[in-house]
Amino acid sequence: MSTTRTRRLPLLPYVLLSPTLFFVALFTAWPTLLALYKSFFRQRLNIAKFREPTFVGLQNYAHLLTDPDFHKVLLNTVIYVLGTVPLSIGLAFVLALLLNRRLRAIGLLRLSFFYPTILPMVSAATIWMFFFTPDYGLFNTALEFLGYRGPQNWTANPNLALLAVMIVALWKNAGYYMIFYLAGLQSLPTDVFEAAALDGASWWQSLLYIALPLLKRTTLFISTIAFISAFQTVDHIFVLTHGGPGMASTTLLYWLWQVRFEYQDVGRASALTVILVLVLLLFTVSNFLVSERGGADVG
Amino acid sequence: MLVEHAGRKNWRSRIASALVTLVTVVWALGWASIILWAIVVSFRPAAEPLGRGDVWFGSHLTLENYRKAWSLAPFARYYINTIAIVTIILSVQVVTITMAAFAFVNYTFPGKRFLFFFILLQLMIPTTALLAPNFATIRRLGVFDTWFAVALPYFGSAFGMFLMRQAFLGIPRDLVDAGVIDGCNWWQLLRHVYLPPSMPSLVAFALSSITWHWNEFLWPLVVTLTERSRPLTVGLVRFTQLGEIGARWSLLMAATLIVAGPLFLAFLIFQRRFIQSFVHTGIK
Repeated sequence: MSTTRTRRLPLLPYVLLSPTLFFVALFTAWPTLLALYKSFFRQRLNIAKFREPTFVGLQNYAHLLTDPDFHKVLLNTVIYVLGTVPLSIGLAFVLALLLNRRLRAIGLLRLSFFYPTILPMVSAATIWMFFFTPDYGLFNTALEFLGYRGPQNWTANPNLALLAVMIVALWKNAGYYMIFYLAGLQSLPTDVFEAAALDGASWWQSLLYIALPLLKRTTLFISTIAFISAFQTVDHIFVLTHGGPGMASTTLLYWLWQVRFEYQDVGRASALTVILVLVLLLFTVSNFLVSERGGADVG
Repeated sequence: MLVEHAGRKNWRSRIASALVTLVTVVWALGWASIILWAIVVSFRPAAEPLGRGDVWFGSHLTLENYRKAWSLAPFARYYINTIAIVTIILSVQVVTITMAAFAFVNYTFPGKRFLFFFILLQLMIPTTALLAPNFATIRRLGVFDTWFAVALPYFGSAFGMFLMRQAFLGIPRDLVDAGVIDGCNWWQLLRHVYLPPSMPSLVAFALSSITWHWNEFLWPLVVTLTERSRPLTVGLVRFTQLGEIGARWSLLMAATLIVAGPLFLAFLIFQRRFIQSFVHTGIK
């Protein structure tokens, strides 16, 4: 925090902060509390006798714990997060290494990877819908070339639907995270690498022992935004699979939307909101603590 | 690759370097083929169905798909809605984040640290995750199915406040003190000392805010109901589900590009600016 610069109007800073505080209170703090409160009630808007909220204690949570659908959704979410976050960060790093060179048309190459960031997810998914369709074979032909012999109708196959959704997310995000690594690589001090090279360090050694540790902050930052984005992006699921077939590609936020707006189950949706918020808080806070311990400047 | 070495290279490193370039180019082509295909097909006559081995160019180029898509769904209205929503959000955000950042940098006051972390809460719990309770609030406020229903939750931005605060912190103290000695009031201090050198941060925030809200789907889906307020992204998903579209890919791609087009063109023109600002908003 900074030091005093002016001491004349003690009221002014609060006035200046009030709009931001008001909107954060109304659309972040209040809804969190509201969800917690409503999660203790049964309220189902599409069933006449359950329209009015009734206090049921922890029943919504208890039901979720024993609900096989919830288990399926949790499993999908874990697969989605663990499958997309580390892989997109890894791809981003490799891409940054590949593109951090002096090449002709380097701008065009970087553009090829970065443009998916600008596309709306729903547009990207609409285009990918075609690539996953078996009739035309563009995607499958490319895969066959790489040795793939499996089923071809990706979005309608219970074993592949989630993977299809993950592929779109990977394709869209890798280039975005790459930009941060490129900036990080370009800000590394060159003399360290020159000294290492003089000492006979190989390319791999400079990468593993110098570059990666120096880029730790970048990695931590990217993993935070990648994690949050993995939980809050479900647009492509709406376009490609609607969570199906069955519940094969339903993730936590998509299910939350379904429970609230299709099944009209306010109580259960509130409990799910609380669970989602807890997961996000757990991760961001622990990430924050790790970065603090690493001596990174967070504030 | 980590550091560009000028100077002599032997033939082995030349071959290795050429191979790496080849991998990069092939990979880039694979990534780019997605959008290139969409663009090509959107200009393909709809009457020529795609088939195995024939998915790229048609017999000639045509704008017919764009005309047809435009007439099948009220895209003009969706454009107005998206532009209005994005503009409302950004203009309010610019004011609120600047004021909040200025308060945190220029003053010391009781509760400062607490309030700072309270606002940062918004970074940890993304608004999208709170769609169910926020939907109830929007209903209660009586703004359901309006531009404001989509825009209101974003009026305060922890991210923007944080970014502007970082920019303000970089301003030399002497400059601020000089302003105070010259008798600047808070508004003049903000306007003439803090803001001018912080414009790159503000522009960076503006670009990422525009991109984010132009592309947003789930929240507008929940709080809009009619053409009155429905933005492009929600309109596109409805369009893909229209019965008469079927699997007419050239029509679908035209619609997709109608939605993504303006931002995409702006990005191509201001590529450097965009990329810099994305890095800027991330790293700073």
